Amino acid sequence: MGMTITEKILARACGRDQVRAGEFINARLALALANDITAPLAIKEFEAAGATKVWDPERVVLVLDHFVPNKDIKSAEQAKLVRDFARRQGLANFYDVGRMGIEHVILPEKGLVVPGDVVIGADSHTCTYGALGAFATGVGSTDLAAGMATGEMWLRVPETIRFNLEGTPGRYVSGKDYILYIIGMIGVDGALYAAMEFAGAAVAKLSMDGRFTMCNMAIEAGAKSGIVAPDAVTEEYCRGRARRKPEILAGDADAVYARVIEIDVAAIEPQVARPHLPSNAAPASTLAGVSIDQVVIGSCTNGRIEDLRMAAEVMKGRRVSPRVRAIVIPGSQEVYRQAMHEGLIDIFIDAGAAVSTPTCGPCLGGHMGILAAGERAVSTTNRNFVGRMGHVDSEVYLAGPYVAAATAVTGTVAMPDNV
Amino acid sequence: MMFEGTVFKFGRDVDTDVIIPARYLNTTEPNELAAHVMEDIDPGFVSRVKAGDIIAAEENFGSGSSREQAPVAIKAAGIACVVAVSFARIFYRNAINIGLPILVCPEAAREAESGDLLRVDLDRGKVINLTKQKEYQGDRFPGFMQEIVAAGGLMAMVKEKLAGDKSGPS
Repeated sequence: MGMTITEKILARACGRDQVRAGEFINARLALALANDITAPLAIKEFEAAGATKVWDPERVVLVLDHFVPNKDIKSAEQAKLVRDFARRQGLANFYDVGRMGIEHVILPEKGLVVPGDVVIGADSHTCTYGALGAFATGVGSTDLAAGMATGEMWLRVPETIRFNLEGTPGRYVSGKDYILYIIGMIGVDGALYAAMEFAGAAVAKLSMDGRFTMCNMAIEAGAKSGIVAPDAVTEEYCRGRARRKPEILAGDADAVYARVIEIDVAAIEPQVARPHLPSNAAPASTLAGVSIDQVVIGSCTNGRIEDLRMAAEVMKGRRVSPRVRAIVIPGSQEVYRQAMHEGLIDIFIDAGAAVSTPTCGPCLGGHMGILAAGERAVSTTNRNFVGRMGHVDSEVYLAGPYVAAATAVTGTVAMPDNV
Repeated sequence: MMFEGTVFKFGRDVDTDVIIPARYLNTTEPNELAAHVMEDIDPGFVSRVKAGDIIAAEENFGSGSSREQAPVAIKAAGIACVVAVSFARIFYRNAINIGLPILVCPEAAREAESGDLLRVDLDRGKVINLTKQKEYQGDRFPGFMQEIVAAGGLMAMVKEKLAGDKSGPS
């Protein structure tokens, strides 16, 4: 009986020839990651257990991205605690203001994650790295503390739900639309504890940025991880970036899947997830006319260069509606600079959008775009829970960059061909 | 471990953003977090909850963000145990790691109503709804997790391992 790609990665990580879904294993970690919200608790736990040195200063990555540039004194104290720890431990990969980016944008970009890795991150969207053909999963601060100390983590080998995406997508349909459609289909706990594997001709045609977007939101269906088997697109992305040798693995033809779901992408229209669950997906066209106060384009879901290109394509030569605040947040310094070189930043500023240094800020209602009571946002982020972006009586509609940019221009939920 | 307490009942998909909103994540102090627990889903929760009370919830409790501040806030507010139809996976791990007792017991969680008196026997996975006079069997932790609970949490196990490593190769 064959193994899925996820089983193969995990078998390697625990030094065995074979593992099966449902088994508990102790996996060796390639990387352990935390941010300015989760690292402080992890550091406390790490030190309380009497640990003095992280298992490998090259493989513990700390990124200050949620409440930076610091939004208040308490956040500044938390960031300082993390910064001091990183210096004390001599961490090679500590990313602070000016050199940072949103964690799930910069780790792949800097070649820190490579195919075949097992990565844990004290951030639920760590599953993003599955796009590289790695096993990556979100954990809490205590699991991270244990990982920093030992370089290992216990986990249950997940079952895999395989999604075969075939067909040719329509105009303005991106990875975000695929994943919102899938979450709408299976629900917010439709893949609870499982790995979501994305395959098929439509996935093969997706760029790495589109694949990152898809794997990023696996957690929104309750999944442990998302994964795309590495191919030529992955290898091209890794070339000149990868800091370690990639292990290119593939699932066996006779691998066992918990479910296989066939999807014809030609049937997927640009999607919007209505409040207050990512599974409330509907074709954007059915929500036309819903008035919007703020548009956010960015985040670990859609803050990469291709996302900004999509938004700029729609905004070029147009103006943001006077009733909308449009906020564009490149996901990293590299994305920011690239967007500048391509003239995208000019397009956004000419349109009347605000462009900011990288931060998770508004996505989780931290700062840089909090909503007042009764306000409504269209956002390229990943969650639209009650109060997620601000007041408990505000609303978030999730969408891809095309729909978000069109909405910014018209002031109501809009399709890009209707601006 | 045995608990007896009054139920606060919640529906499905209670996410960690409503358990502890991100605007309070600029601290890790359990008592500061506890002062705002459940604020965006039940603004009166903090003023009504008493030490020893029990949360009963439907599917997918603790979904969303990995913030460990969520189970920390629930525990610091005095909640003795959370019984649910199902838990989101990161929350499940976090609760075990920080020592917040949790139990998957679908029928008990579904049928419990706010104000019911619940008795939970964590070791045997049993729940008795004393108000409704009904007994339920839930899922006991897998052996692997019982070891963590028995050791006093994940970091207690790590501490043992680190002490062992220092005493030289075995």
